[in-house]
Formats: sequence, C-alpha cells, structure tokens
Amino acid sequence: MDIHAFLDGFALVVQPGNLLYCLIGVLIGMLIGVLPGLGPAATIAILLPITYGIDPVSALIMLAGIYYGAQYGGTITSVLLRLPGEASSVVTVFDGFALAKQGRAGTALGVAAIGSFVGATIAILGLTFLAPFVAGFALDFGPPEYAALALLGVLLVATIGNGNVLKSLVAAALGLLLATVGRDSFTGAGRFTFDSLQLSDGIDFVVVAMGLFGVGEILYNLEERHGKPHVPAAVANVWPSRKDLREASGAIGRGSAIGFGLGVLPGGGAVLASLAAYAAEKRRAKNPERFGRGAIEGVAAPETANNAAATSSFIPLLTLGIPANASMAMLFGALLILGITPGPQLVNERPDLFWGVINSMYIGNLILLVLSIPLVGLFVRILRIRPAILAPITGLITVLGVYTINNSTFDIFVMVAFGVIGYLMKKTGFEPGPLVLAFVLGQLVESSARRSLVIFGGDPTGFVTRPISGAILALLVVVVLWPVLTRLLRRVRPAAAPVVEQRPADTRPKENVR
Amino acid sequence: MGDHREPALPAAGRSTPPAAGGAEPDILAELQAEVAADLAEERPPEGGPAHQVVAALVFLIVGLAGAVLSFGYGLGSLREPGPGLWPFLVSVLVAALSAVLLVVGRRLHDSEAFSRSSLLPAAGLVTFVLLAVLLPVVGFEIPALLLCVVWLRFLGGESWRSTIVVSVATVAAFYLLFLYGLHIPLPHLL
Repeated sequence: MDIHAFLDGFALVVQPGNLLYCLIGVLIGMLIGVLPGLGPAATIAILLPITYGIDPVSALIMLAGIYYGAQYGGTITSVLLRLPGEASSVVTVFDGFALAKQGRAGTALGVAAIGSFVGATIAILGLTFLAPFVAGFALDFGPPEYAALALLGVLLVATIGNGNVLKSLVAAALGLLLATVGRDSFTGAGRFTFDSLQLSDGIDFVVVAMGLFGVGEILYNLEERHGKPHVPAAVANVWPSRKDLREASGAIGRGSAIGFGLGVLPGGGAVLASLAAYAAEKRRAKNPERFGRGAIEGVAAPETANNAAATSSFIPLLTLGIPANASMAMLFGALLILGITPGPQLVNERPDLFWGVINSMYIGNLILLVLSIPLVGLFVRILRIRPAILAPITGLITVLGVYTINNSTFDIFVMVAFGVIGYLMKKTGFEPGPLVLAFVLGQLVESSARRSLVIFGGDPTGFVTRPISGAILALLVVVVLWPVLTRLLRRVRPAAAPVVEQRPADTRPKENVR
Repeated sequence: MGDHREPALPAAGRSTPPAAGGAEPDILAELQAEVAADLAEERPPEGGPAHQVVAALVFLIVGLAGAVLSFGYGLGSLREPGPGLWPFLVSVLVAALSAVLLVVGRRLHDSEAFSRSSLLPAAGLVTFVLLAVLLPVVGFEIPALLLCVVWLRFLGGESWRSTIVVSVATVAAFYLLFLYGLHIPLPHLL
C-alpha cells in the first residue's frame, strides 16, 4: 500500500469543499433512507446530472455518501414505525419495533448507530488494506478475464438479488441487448438504430438509469401513495446502557465480519448481509425465541452487517471495475461520465480519486454517528411530511436534470420511455436492477469477448484454457448449476417440519404505506 | 424450539411460503420467506397468470425481433466476428429465457393487478411528456408550475392552499438552484 497516496487522500477529503459534499451526501442518504419509496440507487440515478458540473472526486464522495448514509436512515423507520425505509433494514423491524414497543426505541437506535459505525469502520479498514492488493492481482487481467468476470458479475447479481431468478436473468439479458444499440465500435456498423441519428451514439447509461430507477419508482409510488403520515413511537434516551452494549458487542463483531464478506461478493450487498447476520445470531443464541420480541442482538447484527456490506461492496468496483449491486452500477456509471474507467489501474492512475473516496468514508461514517443520534428527532419530524408533497419535487428534479445533460428533449422522451418500462417491470414482478447492471457492463463484455477472440485467432476454447478466465468461467457454471444441485440435495435429505418464527402478530399499526 | 407457531398474517392475501429443507441451515430461508410475506402485505392484489404471460410474451417478441435484426447485420465468423454476432447471441438468450418463463412462470405470484389507481401514474406520465414538449417552447417555469399543481392537487389530493404554496416555492427554488446555484442553462422565460 502506498502510504503517501493514502495520506494525500486524507488531505483531499478534509478540504472544506469535499467535507461539504461528504456531509451533503450522507444527509441526503439518511433522508432517503428514512423516507420509504426512493432507494439509494434511484436517488443516485436522479442526481447523476449534477455530477457533470462538479469535480470528479467531490462527486464520487457525495454519491458514495448517499449509498452508505441510506443504511443508517433505514434503521430509524424500521424501529419507530415497523416500516423499513430500505430493503436492508427489513429484518431490523422484528426486534427493533418490539424494543420500541417496550419503550426502548432509543436504545435500539443507539445500538444500531454504534453498530453501523463499527461495522462500517472495520469494513473500511478491510477495504483500505485489501483493495490495493486485489487491484495489484487484477493488473494481469486481459480481455478474456474481463469478459468472464463481467459475465459472472451480471449472472451473480441476477441470481442472488431479490425476486425470481429466471425473471432477473431475462432482465439482465435484455440489458446486454440494449447495450448493443448504436454504432458498433469495431466495424462502425449501426445496430438497432432504425436510422435515428440520436440512437446511433447508443443509449446513454444515465438516461436509462434515471428512467428505470428514477421515473419508474416515481410512477410506481404515485399509484401506491394514499397513506397518511405516520405517528412514530416516542423516542427517549438514545444512549444505550453499558449492559446493552455488552450484550450487543458480540453481535456487532460477527455482523461486521459477515457483512464484510458478503458485501465483497457481486450480488451480495447489504440486503443479504443483514439477513445472514440476523440468522447467524438467532442460530447461536441460547434461547432463540427471544428473537422477534426485542433482542438487542437482533438489531445490532443486521444493522452492523448492512453497513459493513455497503462499504465492502466498493472493493469489486474500485479494484476490478465490476459493480456488485445496483447502487454500485450507478457509481460505475458516474465514473464513466466523468471520463474515468474503474478498474485495477485506478489506484495507480487516479490515486487521488481512489483514496479520496475510500478515506471520505471514514469521515462520512463519523459524521453519520455524530448526526444520527442527536438528529433522530428531526428525522422523525421529516416522516410527517406527506409523500404527495415530495412527489412533484423528485419528478421535476428528474426531468429537468436529464434535460440539462445534453440540452436535449429527446433524452427526456427516452428516459420517460424507460420509466414506463421500469414501472411495467415492477408491476409484472421484474427487478430493474439486473437490467441496469447488465446494461452498464454490456459493452465491456462484448468488446472484451471480441478482443479475446482476436487474440485466440477465433478459437473460443482459449477462454477455458487460460487459468484465470477458466477458473472464473468454472465458477460461472457452478453458479448456474447451484440451484439444481441444492434441489437435488434437498430431495436426498429428509425434510424437517417447517418452522416459522413467531412474532407478535397483533401489533400492526400500518395501513397503506409509501 | 417448542414455542414456534405460524404467525397470523392479517389480510395478507398471500401466505408465508413454507420454509422447506432441514431445520439447521434454513433459518435464512425462513427469514427470507418472512421478509417476503412482510413486504407482500403492503402490496396491492396480485395480477394473475395474464400478467405473467403477457410480460413473458413481450420479452419473447423483443428477443426474436432482436435475433432477426442482428442476423441481418451480419454474424461474421469467430475469427472475425461481425457486428451482428454478439447481439444475435444475446437476443437468442433473451428469447430462450422468455420462452422458459412463459412455460414455468404462469403461476408466479409476484405481479400486481392494475386498478383505477393505475390511472395516476398514467396521468403523471402525460404531465412528463407535456413538460418535455413545452420546455423548449415557453421555458420551464410555466410547465413546471402546472406539473406541480396537477401532481399536488389532482394526483396527491392536497388542498388548494398547500398546492399553491408548494408549487410556487418549488419552481422558485428550481429557478434559483439551476440558473444561479449550478449555472446550468435551462430554457426560461424570465
């Protein structure tokens, strides 16, 4: 690790301008984490046009802050309203809301904030030491390795993410197809352009992302939004006692490790990490029936894990140039806009950006810890804002924002069209995430595969015989066959009686949400 | 583990999928099922097989059309791949996966029915298109103000008072933000 570059990164982060962008980022992140509806990927997508105007390092610091800040905000609504602001805070609901009902909402929020901070900081330390090492290893990668790696990334996101696997795969394949629209970079031939001049440059990633995530979610929320503002539980005494902290410390430690590990995997990310950490705590508990009735570990473990995972999912992006989830795909797109291709050479070519972004996370998490506990009251008040008032504001930001990229109304129409596609996908049970991720990686897969074929002289077995690309492709086959294998295994093993967790079923104060 | 029983899911319309498999490793699967059931409670009624079939058919047609078009672009050879080879392979993949989905996905429960309130996003869509059409002609202020009014008053059911206050404040804030704060040129009247 280059210690000078590391320290220079810190010098960059503590510049007042960058500190301000970091603060703005984490505040926006917390805000959208608190407000159900827009997730971090959609928010980053909507704000992408702004990044054209500001310095790349500042832009990335802000966008990264939105992503990990959202993990803090999601906790607040889970605990106080039994309403997860983010998918990665869903399991926190079980014990968090139970604690709130016992009048210990403050304890739950305090432990969650401390756990989040610890988990994130451990993960950043891991990122600091591991990322340059992974990047160094990946420097030898050639086109065949990249083709295989990008394909594996697409596949993992489709198979591990939420929703039906087959549908995710269809969406991902469509993303790969949409990425081919425009002039072929090898032969110059137009593909799927239908003689349109605007389409010959291809479809802009930002426009696609803003449409599918931004407009799609805005339209979807318009339909669902009939709820009244919620009245959250009262919060008293945010500072957890020594006993609470002692009880939670083991869960925080294990949550950090699980979150870090799962965050690195493509497709893993914060959602799976929070579930796995909760499951691990419940499995090793002496009396697991405490879970769901206000076990402090049930809040500490998932909240720690989702922050650790949110942080460690930066590793594949910054070292291999492979985004691990939809939010990382947004950051990947942001880097491309700024003229930077993320990959193993990033740490040497743009050490300012690499270390600036990583080191900003130390500061950002400190800001979040300091802000989240005292500001709980403020965020609770924000929850009283009616969603109807926020909807036209986000709508206008999106439409005017996409226009400003190229001063083009054509972009608005393309974005709105993708918004309709995104809305219809949501209605028919397709996740837009794999589509966007495949779209952003599509060109990399195609150009690497074609370049590899040139290297191999047209012999596709070259992909398998090169050790690293062969290993990646073998892994790919395992991922494809995994569901089939587990199904076979299950059939062999005798199935035990289904056990479903008990939880107080009479406490459901929610009507229509969003 | 004697205390476990099925949670009563009020008015969910969908029951928790049974947690299959062995007891030990499936706390995770069980949790995922519970989370899915939890999220399902908040969703409108599901759409049924028609939604699934139509969606899969649309993807199938896109895949087939893509395959035909890219075949026309020239596949070339593996030694010298033509511009159509990669899109052709991907289109075939889209079509093949959609065909499988068409067969096995009829009974999935992850779609949502369209209802009268689906007209709200349709109306929102129209305002977006109108904004795009009017923007270069009359500047952003008037169309943006109209969009706010429609969304707040008619789509959101706000009172006239809060509609006017929020609309005017929003447009003013955008004016200051884009033209003075970010120095981004946006067609404007004033």
